[in-house]
Amino acid sequence: MFLEIDQLSKSFGGLQALDRVSFQVQMGAIQALIGPNGAGKTTCFNLISGVLPPSAGSIRLLGREISGLPPHQIARLGLARTFQNIQLFGGMTVLENVLVGQHIHLHGNLLATLLNLPAIRRQERRSIAYVRELLDFVGLADKESWSADSLAYGEQRRLEIARALALQPRLLLLDEPAAGMNPRETEDLMALIASIQERDITVLLIEHDMNLVMNISKSIVVFDQGRVIAQGPPRAIRQNPQVIEAYLGKEEDADDV
Amino acid sequence: MTEYFLHIAIISALHIILALSLNLIIGYCGQVSLGHAAFYGLGAYTSALAAIHWQASFFLTLPLAGVVAALFGLGLGIPTLRLRDDYLAIVTLGFGIIVDLILLNLEVTGGPDGLVRIPPPQLAGVDFRNKFMYLLLVALVVAFTLGLIYRLVHSRHGRALKAIRDHEMTARVMGINAAAYKISIFTLAAGLAGLAGALYAHYITFINPESFGLHTSILVLTMVVLGGMGSILGSVVGAGVLTILPELFRRFADYQDLAYGAMLIALLIWRPQGLLGTGKISQKFSLAKNRAKKGN
Ligand SMILES: Nc1ncnc2c1ncn2[C@@H]1O[C@H](COP(=O)(O)OP(=O)(O)OP(=O)(O)O)[C@@H](O)[C@H]1O
Ligand SMILES: [Mg+2]
Repeated sequence: MFLEIDQLSKSFGGLQALDRVSFQVQMGAIQALIGPNGAGKTTCFNLISGVLPPSAGSIRLLGREISGLPPHQIARLGLARTFQNIQLFGGMTVLENVLVGQHIHLHGNLLATLLNLPAIRRQERRSIAYVRELLDFVGLADKESWSADSLAYGEQRRLEIARALALQPRLLLLDEPAAGMNPRETEDLMALIASIQERDITVLLIEHDMNLVMNISKSIVVFDQGRVIAQGPPRAIRQNPQVIEAYLGKEEDADDV
Repeated sequence: MTEYFLHIAIISALHIILALSLNLIIGYCGQVSLGHAAFYGLGAYTSALAAIHWQASFFLTLPLAGVVAALFGLGLGIPTLRLRDDYLAIVTLGFGIIVDLILLNLEVTGGPDGLVRIPPPQLAGVDFRNKFMYLLLVALVVAFTLGLIYRLVHSRHGRALKAIRDHEMTARVMGINAAAYKISIFTLAAGLAGLAGALYAHYITFINPESFGLHTSILVLTMVVLGGMGSILGSVVGAGVLTILPELFRRFADYQDLAYGAMLIALLIWRPQGLLGTGKISQKFSLAKNRAKKGN
């Protein structure tokens, strides 16, 4: 199995944000995490990416236990993510932001860099060329020299995706990438996520936009109050009475799902 | 008279190296060191002792001073910068006091009297007792320091450091080992201060612990804050101004510490970005703290 979450728990003081959560992600799939506000979805991402240590349980990426590892080591094992509340490097340009994502693929210690050896310069040029391709891929090619915090909201979300892709990850975690986007931008985003999958990157996605989720994910995990209450393909989730109950609160909304 | 100006220029240049290196710590580790003069002192004593006891050439004792100071920086940085990141000021303050006490009490360092008859650098055909030649030597090390910082800032490491400064956790999620970077910068800064110490010792030719105490640490800190935290040019200007001004007001020497203290407070209230800072860094500090508290 590609990613295995087993009995994962996290408490903040008295609050049990995640309670013995287990689910799996298949290689090459687009899988979604859904659930009402405060269900623990972002907390789950924070544990997988090493931003927070779990209270208990295990996370295995390609059979390797990663729970409790520091985030920079998890990144090197092939994991990249975006953030629900956008976290770009505001003082840097668009290009520089994505170049930061290339960090783990650039070599040369401090000394070689200080001497500015030709190999270092060549590597930097290659990296810039690659980053420009990524900016093109997410539709930001013409804004590379803009300061990241001067971008529009939807563009900042796409820049976060480009920066995460620059890590050349095996697993990409997207935390509400469509939040704050208009329907057109959301449409483009859907196409973008589909083409990310074609790059052999497994995608785990948190999203409230049901249309988007139902359309592109192969499988859905539903969280409620820190627990997994259902998982399966979109069709089954749509009809699951427990999901309708917990997630939508009342039945008549079921049509919107 | 020229001698006097050359002397001021040499001391200014030494202060520039100290201010630049402390600025690296403040700018990139996001924390204040209150013991920078201790690394300056460790460099001075290392180089002086090696020259006196082993008759080693200055051109060997200079790098040795840098390495020894850097090793102390590494030893201090690993426990302090790895785990939590708001202890540096206290730990460096304590370190400065300990180094001062050791220098005062060890026999080999000459106690309160310090070391005398430190030989000036020897190089075939060049007389470094000539102040102009010495100024050239110090200027060379200033140029080396500036070149190093320039290269650092304009490399992938500089990018990583900026990312850490902007958003530490996000930088770590991008695969950047933030703790290792902070420790490296702290080590580098300590080493540069050590170089300045060696240059000072072989210029003045006699040293005692008084030159490397809290007073000097605060002076260098004031230079950085005056010039602007995070601004390279600011450190150069701050060091220059705070070396020359006291010379103009010699009569008030007794009140110097009072003046530095008052200046620090006034700056932090009315112009926290310093003379040449853009204000980015000082803002970043408070913003970064707020963000960190919000989580994810
Ligand atoms: N760092 C933290 N410290 C304390 N409590 C936290 C922290 N992070 C999350 N929580 C709490 O844990 C619970 C789950 O939060 P989480 O952000 O994981 O929910 P979510 O499913 O992502 O919700 P949303 O859809 O609103 O983003 C919430 O009650 C939240 O307040
Ligand atoms: Mg969330």
